[in-house]
Amino acid sequence: MSKTVPRYLLNFILLVLLQVFVLNNIQFSGYINPYIYVVFILTLPFETPKWLLLVIAFLLGITIDLFSNTLGMHSSATVFMAFLRPFVLNIIAPRDGYESETYPQLKYYGGTWFLKYSAILVFAHHLFLFYIEVFRFSDFFATLLRVILSSSFSIILILIGQYFYRKDTKRF
Amino acid sequence: MKSLLNFLLRIHFFLLFILIEIFSISLLVDNNYYQRSRMVNFTRELSGRYHQKLAELKEYFSLQEINQQLVEENNRLLNIIESTYRSEELFFRNVNDTVFNQRYFYTPARVVNNSVNKKHNFITLNKGKKQGIKPEMAVVSNGSIVGVVKGVSENFATVISLLNLDFKISAKVKKNGYFGSLSWDGKDYHTAILNEIPLHADVQVGDSIITSGFSSIYPEGILIGYIDNFEEKGGSFYTIYVKLSTDFKQLNYVNIIGNLTQTEKLEIEQKAIKNNE
Repeated sequence: MSKTVPRYLLNFILLVLLQVFVLNNIQFSGYINPYIYVVFILTLPFETPKWLLLVIAFLLGITIDLFSNTLGMHSSATVFMAFLRPFVLNIIAPRDGYESETYPQLKYYGGTWFLKYSAILVFAHHLFLFYIEVFRFSDFFATLLRVILSSSFSIILILIGQYFYRKDTKRF
Repeated sequence: MKSLLNFLLRIHFFLLFILIEIFSISLLVDNNYYQRSRMVNFTRELSGRYHQKLAELKEYFSLQEINQQLVEENNRLLNIIESTYRSEELFFRNVNDTVFNQRYFYTPARVVNNSVNKKHNFITLNKGKKQGIKPEMAVVSNGSIVGVVKGVSENFATVISLLNLDFKISAKVKKNGYFGSLSWDGKDYHTAILNEIPLHADVQVGDSIITSGFSSIYPEGILIGYIDNFEEKGGSFYTIYVKLSTDFKQLNYVNIIGNLTQTEKLEIEQKAIKNNE
């Protein structure tokens, strides 16, 4: 535990920097804004207390918000995602449950599992985020298209990121 | 208590989620102009609809009152049309009568309906349009005040009694001329309340209160009542309780006062206000 905290802290900072300085400036054809900082919430240990999950999600979201000048938008979406995480983990749990000393990452549970896991949560996050950004339901389908395209793009980026850890099983 | 705590503990995850979400969204609404304007529009729309529904409902309940008001309004409007002819006629007649300088004229009338126990009391008189009664005429009884004509029909007139929460009159203390506004508080039919008399005015129990003549309705110096009691109430004014000299329970015969120069006075006042703007 004591070893994982600094690692996650570093992770946090790197993800925020990556999001704020690189990905926030990317906007393909007005539809695609990838938000991959949520991978931090995805990869938190299984044993993380639920309340801590929400608090961390709020801190992460509000940090992104502070940098992108959208106070409350990312934090509410990220908290929503963190709220869903325990339920999603329950639903897609492998038959013999999660082993101890493992983390919800691609290298432990395989590509299919991780794809399902991240797809559901990232989609939920983006759905919440984009709808709270437009704050109305009148352009429902245009927004939905943005949600689908952006979340697919984010998921792809997250998966690619996961493959960087692939061989290094002793990392954590 | 313990079970409540247990319950809270059990749902703490959901509770915390809701709390953080509320906090985030309030941050969002507070700090982002777009979201705030959407939110404000939404709530305004919502409250607007609610108020509209409520008003519709209330309207239904007060239909009778509205009908009554419309009838009176109609009466008043008809009277205005009528009175354009009549005033010329009166003018003509007055010149013929050589009472050119006459300002007020009195018409006697009998009370046919009266109440003192409501918050909005009205009196009905047996003189109406045919007898030359018009709205906004003053009604007195034995030289002390009763009310003001609100609406007239062919043969009857409705009078807003002084015992009506909507009734307000400019009044002054007879001996030194300090004036204020007098109204009824809806409690006792013997007592009305005079406000806006400054603290430095010399008032004593028993002083006479009369009309000020500032309104175009009442001539100056009609008796309203006598000071019964007074107290200082917040700020720099007295609240004076006036014992009314009219006994509204025994009202039988009254006089209606018409003001021949009323239109002229209102006109010039109106002109002054207009020029001021």
